[in-house]
Amino acid sequence: MFFQQIINGLTVGGVYALIALGYTMVYGILELINFAHGEIYMLGAYLGIIFLGIFTAMGLTQYSLFLSLLLTFIFSVTFCSAYGFTIEKLAYKPLRKAPRLSPLISAIGVSIFLQNYVMLTQGATDKVFPHIMETTKIEFFNATMTALQVFIIVTSLLLMSLLHLYVMKTKTGKAMRAVAQDKVMASLLGINIDRIISVTFIIGSGLAAVAGLMVAMYYGLVNYYIGYIAGIKAFAAAVLGGIGSIPGAILGGFVLGIIESMGAGYLSSEYKDAYAFVILIIILLIKPRGLLGKSAKDS
Amino acid sequence: MILEVRNLTKAFGGLKPVEEVSFRVMHGVILSIIGPNGAGKTTLFNCLTGIYSPTKGHVLFEEKDVTGKKPYEVTAKGVARTFQNIRIFGSMSVLENVMIGQHTRSKEGFLSAVMKTAKFRREESEIKSKAYEYLEFIGIADYADADADSLPYGDQKRLEIARALATEPKILLLDEPAAGMNPQETIELMKLINRIKEWGKTVILIEHDMKVVMGISDRIIVLDHGVKIAEGTPKEIQNNPDVIEAYLGKEDIF
Amino acid sequence: MIKALLFILWISFLSLPFMGIKGALFLLFGISFAYGIFLAVKKSSIIFKEVKMPGISYEPRILYIVIFIILLALPFGLKDYYLDVVILAGIYIILALGLSVVIGFCGLLNLGFAAFYAIGAYACALFMTKAGLGFWGALPLSILITMISGFILAFPALRLHGDYLAIVTLGFGEIVHLTLNNWDSLTHGPNGISGITVPFIFGFALGSLSHYYYIVLIFVLAAIFIVRRIYYSRTGRAWLAIREDETAAEAMGINTTKYKFLAFAFGAFWAGLAGALFASKMRFVSPESFTFMESVFVACMVILGGLGSIPGVIFGSLLLVVLPEALREFQLYRMLALGTGLVLMMVFRPQGLIKPKTTINHRGH
Repeated sequence: MFFQQIINGLTVGGVYALIALGYTMVYGILELINFAHGEIYMLGAYLGIIFLGIFTAMGLTQYSLFLSLLLTFIFSVTFCSAYGFTIEKLAYKPLRKAPRLSPLISAIGVSIFLQNYVMLTQGATDKVFPHIMETTKIEFFNATMTALQVFIIVTSLLLMSLLHLYVMKTKTGKAMRAVAQDKVMASLLGINIDRIISVTFIIGSGLAAVAGLMVAMYYGLVNYYIGYIAGIKAFAAAVLGGIGSIPGAILGGFVLGIIESMGAGYLSSEYKDAYAFVILIIILLIKPRGLLGKSAKDS
Repeated sequence: MILEVRNLTKAFGGLKPVEEVSFRVMHGVILSIIGPNGAGKTTLFNCLTGIYSPTKGHVLFEEKDVTGKKPYEVTAKGVARTFQNIRIFGSMSVLENVMIGQHTRSKEGFLSAVMKTAKFRREESEIKSKAYEYLEFIGIADYADADADSLPYGDQKRLEIARALATEPKILLLDEPAAGMNPQETIELMKLINRIKEWGKTVILIEHDMKVVMGISDRIIVLDHGVKIAEGTPKEIQNNPDVIEAYLGKEDIF
Repeated sequence: MIKALLFILWISFLSLPFMGIKGALFLLFGISFAYGIFLAVKKSSIIFKEVKMPGISYEPRILYIVIFIILLALPFGLKDYYLDVVILAGIYIILALGLSVVIGFCGLLNLGFAAFYAIGAYACALFMTKAGLGFWGALPLSILITMISGFILAFPALRLHGDYLAIVTLGFGEIVHLTLNNWDSLTHGPNGISGITVPFIFGFALGSLSHYYYIVLIFVLAAIFIVRRIYYSRTGRAWLAIREDETAAEAMGINTTKYKFLAFAFGAFWAGLAGALFASKMRFVSPESFTFMESVFVACMVILGGLGSIPGVIFGSLLLVVLPEALREFQLYRMLALGTGLVLMMVFRPQGLIKPKTTINHRGH
């Protein structure tokens, strides 16, 4: 039971962490809660179903499952990144100098729009993700782990490492950190802030797309409102770890995932969604800036 | 004596922006605190006004210990301040900014506001007319209705002084009041500070403009790296070798 | 021009997977067509600009009296269906005024305000169905309980700032919603509580729609009156100062913690009242009326009208309740329009529809 819950927790946690990264990166740079980020994840899940459907209709899936899955991932990620990029340009960029609340409201507006956009174009009923991966199971310590779970955990860890390398080693990554540290200074140093912000949204949306796709595969069902609950949980994870911090988002995601599945397993699964917030509130009371958060800036 | 600072230390981790600083301020004087950038002047102000709680030492206001009191308690006792970076209430009117200064000097609460009692109305009109007086004293009464953030920079700084005066302080702390002002505005500011002094208030200011400091101060304290290195009249400070050293030492960098 | 066409092409391309080729083409031509009309109108609007609206001069007092008379007469001229919408709008005005105190005056972003609304409604429902109290007995108790829950949230929340506060209030909203859904023995879970009786006055049942209309009207007027009085008082000024700059406010002698508590409690007061009115109007409460979307909806009312503006809040509430009802035929699209509207609003008029007035007639001497 215990190990089973750990495995389940890590699987869900990996997904939360991937979404949380988008929140934390945007927050680090713009100090904006990108409320629409959860919807990008939902778009990713839908796009997965749509593209896989197209490939199946074309006969590609029957020819090579691997290839069609790969293409589905690539297409979904590309489209989600394009959505993230466009949303930033349309709804956030004009508000750079507006009061703090304005971009947040705008983000809520985008979120409502996207939910209804998907509901109108794809229908309000559950969509089914075709069951394509064989359910190979690994057993150990009285716990079972499906191939899909391995795939999700490995993929999320891989992407996190890639992101870490990108932010630490590449020129753009360094520029991102500089912008997060001090925007004025960064622009004086000749960094194109608008470009960095666009890159941040593109990467964050891409990660969310992968998360959405994997969840669609994991649960097999997708609905237009999955973005909201996953979004706020991932945001809670980002805050838990200390928003603005990339390792924090990863830690927060996994911690939240494990807490949630432990709670569901040992306490009551009906309150599953509440654990995230109870833990969040408790942690913020002890450490008001999250687990790995920066200490308060002095005025 | 109106203010006494005893062995005040403020540490942030290993960093000590203020270390073992002691001084006394007599009633009705203008005291300037000077020192190179990063000498700990604003940190000292923040300790005096309760924004920071000192790590060690005491602040005595009118012989009473006010160390570690909350900012609003310190203000209520009669210590007001302005900020280095303007912190006016931007989207409120100029007059209202000053009316807020009267907060601790008024007391009508919730119920009397709902009932609009006679007492409430009396107090409100008193607050308003006093706020006007402060604006007139500072010389920006013409802008009373304007949004505070629509004022030009120099007037915003003066509004902050008016707002601080409206708390009816015994000591007024000014953090770099002349910063960003043109020579004409600076001269007017010096006159204003002298008028505040004549009014019987004690003024402590942090300032980089030496013309202002030497022109109006009764006493000067010099901080360097958080430590008080000199204290005296403007004359004494100008001839103090330690002070020259501290400033020259800094200039070597450039 | 070319940029705009490229943009339309880009948007249509993005919609391709969701809307299919037909849909995307439809979008492409539809938006282009609308853009063309927009350009044409823009060109011709130079002529329109010359025409100015004649200025209407009136005594505000007379205007108020006229509005008041219309409000009093409304039940006689309106069909039940419309009266129902108006009553709902009234309840939302009270609720939004409460949230306006927290967000608009004090600047504390509360994203879980529906929780207070829910607590007020459920408390009223439980007092009436389980404790056998009448509406007038349950009302003050419900408000009290809502205010207490406001305090309970304020304790942890007020140590946090900005977005952290927002997320904790959001979490509180979710926790309350989940509790209502799952605490079957008390709340009957998703089935909700039914069988709430109507208010009585001297043994006379106030059960008809027009009775409710007048009850709600009285409370709405009282809420506007009281909130307005507080806004133009020492307390209101202290709240605004905290919203503008907390550090400076504290340096002005304002006990910021105390005033934030006060804002939370005062806001919760109105939420409790609105909740109780809602419960007795619907004679039924269930968790689905108090979702996160509800919190967002109320926040939109506050922000759309203009943060910190009381007429703005009223206008925002009316707009967001009445407009969707008026557009019932386009029901499917109304949430889409709400989302778009929010974004456009923030981009083109972030201060809201009505700019708040801070001081009134202070040139009094």
